[in-house]
Amino acid sequence: MVSVGNHPNINLMAYSEVTQVSGYVGNFTVTVRQKASYVDKEKCTGCGVCQDKCPKKVIDQAYEAGLGHRKAIYKPFPQAVPKFPVLDRENCTFFQKGTCKACEKFCESNAIDFKQQDEFVTFPVGNIVLATGFDPFDPRRIAQYGYGRLANVFTSMEFERLSSAGGPTGGKIVLRDGVTAPQSVGIIHCVGSRDKHYNNYCSVICCMQSLKLAHLIKEKTGATVYNFYTDMRTAFKDYDEFYQRVLSEGTLFVRGRVAEVTDAARLPGEEGKLIIQAEDTLIGKQRRVPVDMVVLSTALEPRHDAKEVGQRFGISGSAAGWFIERHPKLDPVATMTEGVFIAGCAQGPKDIPASVAQGAAAAARVVGKINQKEIAVEPIRASIDKDRCSACRICNNQCPFKAISYIPEKNGQRAYSEVNPALCQGCGTCVAACPSGAIAGTVFSSQQIMAQLNGLMLLNVNGASVEEKVPA
Amino acid sequence: MRYSVFPGCSLEKGAAGYPYWQSMEAILKPLGVELVEVDDWNCCGATEYIALNRMAAYSLIARTLALAAKTDGLREMVAPCSACYLNLSKADKYLTDDAALADKVNVALGAGGLHYKPGTVKTRHLLDVIVNDVGYKAVEQQATKSLAGLRIAPYYGCLLTRPAVYGQTDSPEYPTALDKLMKVLGAEVVDYPMKAHCCGGHMTQISEASAFDMIRRLVKGAADYHADIIVTVCPMCQLNLDGFQGAMNRYYKGDYHVPVLYFTQMMGLAFGLDAATLGIGAEIVDARPALSRIGVQVPPPEEEAKPAHKPRRPKEALPMPVMPGSEEVEQ
Repeated sequence: MVSVGNHPNINLMAYSEVTQVSGYVGNFTVTVRQKASYVDKEKCTGCGVCQDKCPKKVIDQAYEAGLGHRKAIYKPFPQAVPKFPVLDRENCTFFQKGTCKACEKFCESNAIDFKQQDEFVTFPVGNIVLATGFDPFDPRRIAQYGYGRLANVFTSMEFERLSSAGGPTGGKIVLRDGVTAPQSVGIIHCVGSRDKHYNNYCSVICCMQSLKLAHLIKEKTGATVYNFYTDMRTAFKDYDEFYQRVLSEGTLFVRGRVAEVTDAARLPGEEGKLIIQAEDTLIGKQRRVPVDMVVLSTALEPRHDAKEVGQRFGISGSAAGWFIERHPKLDPVATMTEGVFIAGCAQGPKDIPASVAQGAAAAARVVGKINQKEIAVEPIRASIDKDRCSACRICNNQCPFKAISYIPEKNGQRAYSEVNPALCQGCGTCVAACPSGAIAGTVFSSQQIMAQLNGLMLLNVNGASVEEKVPA
Repeated sequence: MRYSVFPGCSLEKGAAGYPYWQSMEAILKPLGVELVEVDDWNCCGATEYIALNRMAAYSLIARTLALAAKTDGLREMVAPCSACYLNLSKADKYLTDDAALADKVNVALGAGGLHYKPGTVKTRHLLDVIVNDVGYKAVEQQATKSLAGLRIAPYYGCLLTRPAVYGQTDSPEYPTALDKLMKVLGAEVVDYPMKAHCCGGHMTQISEASAFDMIRRLVKGAADYHADIIVTVCPMCQLNLDGFQGAMNRYYKGDYHVPVLYFTQMMGLAFGLDAATLGIGAEIVDARPALSRIGVQVPPPEEEAKPAHKPRRPKEALPMPVMPGSEEVEQ
């Protein structure tokens, strides 16, 4: 990450958002909103004194998954790149009450600037790679698992922070009270995925993630660990070996979906525990497993704004909301829009090795395009017969790639619409939409299709000799 | 607001559900809801009939729906009982989805000169109507007496909440509509973990062991949360939890005393109506200690008439024949 920040050819724009994209491959123009961080990046040295002196403590919902605190002026985590902190306006005492300014007082390089405004920057780019990632599933939607109601139900993200040496407990795995180490832990797989009520797809990473958590719990606390799984999906290199290792460590596996997590004790030994009620499909019986702690291995979901982002960049999403690649097997990082590539979980749930591979592939595709110096486009394109075009502009809005532009009347030249061949992907929407029949798809003009049909029909009449079958 | 209403057998006078009917009528008046009883309605078939004979069960339900469609041109029918509610909605949906079944059912209805076009009448549960049509705000405006000081375990049961295809509650697994309603009335609502579990239905008649286990779960769940009262939306649930609580205690040698009242009775108390109008006092597990916490006086139950003495047989009477199996008793 640091080398990205230091690279002379990489312009890192953190805390920014692309608001507008126009143009086509090799010639995009993007407008980026750089949100006001109230820290002057020219002056800031990243010393961190503002963070230390800021009196306002806020629960960190992002990096600490709600388990730890950050200040109102903060860096998300110590190794963050770039090193400049960001001021959280909603929680800043100065912005809310008009007093404080502790950060400004202590900053030696006078980098705090309370008057900073959002800035809009517009610049040309040749290619775009979208790697916008995923949103974790909110398990409060599955009320019967008790997340948010029962204190000792955690999400996998929260648990990651608990077991991290740099986390809020210094790596100690404890219950919500902050002291007690759990004697038994239940890990529930497929929370929000492979479930028709929430998401039909498999979130890919949860099996391995749960195994890792089980291993960590065993190693750090020696607690009894139960895994409630739908199917163990430990494909790929060395993954199944890890599963075997976790099995040999004594982690218990129950195959079946969990019906509910409850604190209503029914049988002796359940008092004060969380009871996981699940069907064990391998023995065909119901199980009630009392545990101290429950970890929900939550699903990956498309970013909440994936649809708008897709529209902004002219690419489409699947029914679930993941961005669609040009070809699922042969072209997994390109999209139907030339010059826009996708990588990582924006395209679908995947683990770190796959995300890295896809990111590298997308970068290589861009480098390839740059080195070619010119763009090779598919021959199948729409073209407008200028003389037949009535300039009605129906096709202008129909085009999913914004490839058709309207040329107004000029110097006695009649107004007409025009297809930009670099943007057109030959989908044929405009061909069907044109009321005057002025648009033709290259290779698929109406005359060509009719001629092909004629050829097909004639073959049996004149060409082939059809032998009459005589019944025996 | 006007609806037709399907009382169902369990709300008929004399049954455990009658206080539900009484209290429902009492609270709907101030809320401005008018109910028109469907004329000549019949039993919904309860939980078993659909499993035994589908055709007959659907015809039975469709008859009520056909009659409801003729009631004053009303297109929405209230069913206060969860079992009736589910049967009526389910049958209506199946008839809508399956035209062949609807045709067959209509042949059966034709014998009585009736016809039902599926989807004509929408069945609504009383809780759904109060929460979504009347609204929490209107309820709050009517409330004159706070239920503060009373810990309530809201109990929905399984028939109202599942399947969730009719959009009757906010969640099939962990609904909160009744929680909110009771909170609006000032009561302290416990996070009752068993709120959407089954009460056992008619299991008490089939297997006591299973039924008492299910009843014990629910009562123990409420007692563990120190709830003063379980509030229910279904006469079947009320009957099981209230009527069989004593039997369950004997079976498990337990000592639970959690009274079970209808949500309409709680609403009535909050509206300042007196206990007798709401049918309070008819329950078997005494609710008086709990209700005294909010200062509600319930008239003591009427002295039960002592069984008349068996007339002594005259000395000169001839002995009765001994029935097989009763020999030991006679000794």
